[in-house]
Amino acid sequence: MTPAVTARRRTMRTVAWHAGALALLAVILYPVVWLVGASFKPGDEIVGSLELLPGRPISDNYRRLTRGIADIPVSTFFTNSLVLALGSVVGVLVSCSAAAYAFARIRFAGRNLLFAVMISTLLLPFQVLIIPQYVLFQKLDLINTYVPLLLGKYLAADAFFVFLMVQFMRNLPRELDEAARIDGCGHPRIFWSIVLPLCRPALITSAIFTFIWSWNDFIGPLLYLNEPDKYTVSLGLKMFIDQDSVADYGGMVAMSLVALLPVLLFFLAFQRHLVEGAATSGLKG
Amino acid sequence: MTRTQMTRPDVVERPRTPHRRTPEGPRAAGRRRETLAGYLFLTPWCVGVLLLTLGPMLVSLYLAFTDYNLFDTPRWIGLRNFRDMFADDRWWHSVRVTLEYVLVGTPLKLAAALGVALLLVRPRRGQGFYRSAFYAPSLIGASVSIGIVWRSVFQDDAVVDRAMRFVGWDAGGWVGDPDWSLPTLVTLTVWQFGAPMVIFLAGLKQVPRELYEAAEVDGAGVWRRFRSITLPMISPVLFFNLLLELIHSFQVFTSAVVLGGSGGGAGGPADSLLVYTWYLYEQGFRNLRMGYASAMAWMLMLGIGLLTAVLFRTQRGWVHYEEGTDAR
Repeated sequence: MTPAVTARRRTMRTVAWHAGALALLAVILYPVVWLVGASFKPGDEIVGSLELLPGRPISDNYRRLTRGIADIPVSTFFTNSLVLALGSVVGVLVSCSAAAYAFARIRFAGRNLLFAVMISTLLLPFQVLIIPQYVLFQKLDLINTYVPLLLGKYLAADAFFVFLMVQFMRNLPRELDEAARIDGCGHPRIFWSIVLPLCRPALITSAIFTFIWSWNDFIGPLLYLNEPDKYTVSLGLKMFIDQDSVADYGGMVAMSLVALLPVLLFFLAFQRHLVEGAATSGLKG
Repeated sequence: MTRTQMTRPDVVERPRTPHRRTPEGPRAAGRRRETLAGYLFLTPWCVGVLLLTLGPMLVSLYLAFTDYNLFDTPRWIGLRNFRDMFADDRWWHSVRVTLEYVLVGTPLKLAAALGVALLLVRPRRGQGFYRSAFYAPSLIGASVSIGIVWRSVFQDDAVVDRAMRFVGWDAGGWVGDPDWSLPTLVTLTVWQFGAPMVIFLAGLKQVPRELYEAAEVDGAGVWRRFRSITLPMISPVLFFNLLLELIHSFQVFTSAVVLGGSGGGAGGPADSLLVYTWYLYEQGFRNLRMGYASAMAWMLMLGIGLLTAVLFRTQRGWVHYEEGTDAR
């Protein structure tokens, strides 16, 4: 083969590769682009219309949102979701990093057993827990509060993040701790001043995932919240579906898009952290 | 600890520590102090495991053998819940729907993930961009918003239906059709192939290039290289993805409820989207049959446990762990 032929072949392959990747990208992004377009179409055209983007974009759907759903302003749902998501992030960062530090950096009796317990809770189907947990919170009179949705985050119940942080902390050089100990630092100081700052990437990844999962959570709020003014965005959207009226289709689609925005923004800002977090935590399992 | 002790006895023998005077000597005192510190850091987690995981599991196991409506005291009824379950046609139906979803959706999703990962593994311009873009659906796929999109796009006479009719495939109402609502739900899970893809990609990057070069010299074609090098080399990653996705898809809830929901109910047309978790929710929280729902939860756990055990059993036959190829 002459070099010219090889080179041409390589170019062809590159073109084919990009064509394939772009075609796939179009399929992957279609639903999101559809949603953007639909949110600017009149409600009765949304389902039937074949055009991806509206010919004459209108903002009625978004104006419709300012009137709220069932007398609740839409901003209420967003505030509630935000409070829950931020509360979850704080809880996960504090409790999971402390637990991870114990597993990764302290040698104590029973550590291996507890670590095995932690790993097995990773694989436990949540269905086994929803009924007894509901009974517990019902007896404590905490239904229709945010406590059931937040308590687990402050008690490191999300084993996934403990595991992620353990993996990260194990890879930090041990000499750092030892040097600090010679200088008279105890575990709290080592944890706070040495390990935590070095764990920033793992903490950021955990924080973003926690935010997104809490924001998207549906079954938790569905179980525990029963007054519309406490509802999260997910439940607000569910109210639209349950009404099942075409008149509100535009509002529903507009709110679907607004509900996705925080997640999409986080993704755009931190995509590297997210993708790499997903890749490494998986591989190291 | 022992290693530290031998090389640096000063570390544990801090002069200010009161433990130094204990009769067991500094070594035991140091170990005790470590244990104390360990449990101090683990306190939230320990409380969480007892209060929110292990305790509830025991309670749920007990409730599975009772008749309980949340308000009266649970009444012990032995195996009645399980007998009722086996006689319950809707329970069997929900098992069938869920199994179909899991057994069709998981292989398709993993095949898509591996296929695209193979496409993306060679370093090319834009690789990182594509990787991120294909991963994005995994973050939003389980949200109510995307459920609403799917529900709208897959309606009778909507975009997908008309596009399919254009190529000569008239499936009918998709989400509204009992035969096609479950396949619609499957497309939604396949759309989220990005998460396993990212894991495959990391695994593929670990395969030594020399293996392919040697095989090429020996005249092995693309398929042969894939079968004899790629697949065995990434089999641990494949196993991990399979396990994760199977367990994950048994728990499908939000998407099925949004796709199949109307007027406060769910289950889809003719109960075609009656996934296990929705039926459990319905029995437990709508009909207040908490005992029955607990029994259902334990059956699910037994099922998943059994499947996991079988998978681990077959592992020896097809998963190759080689020294030096460990992902760590």
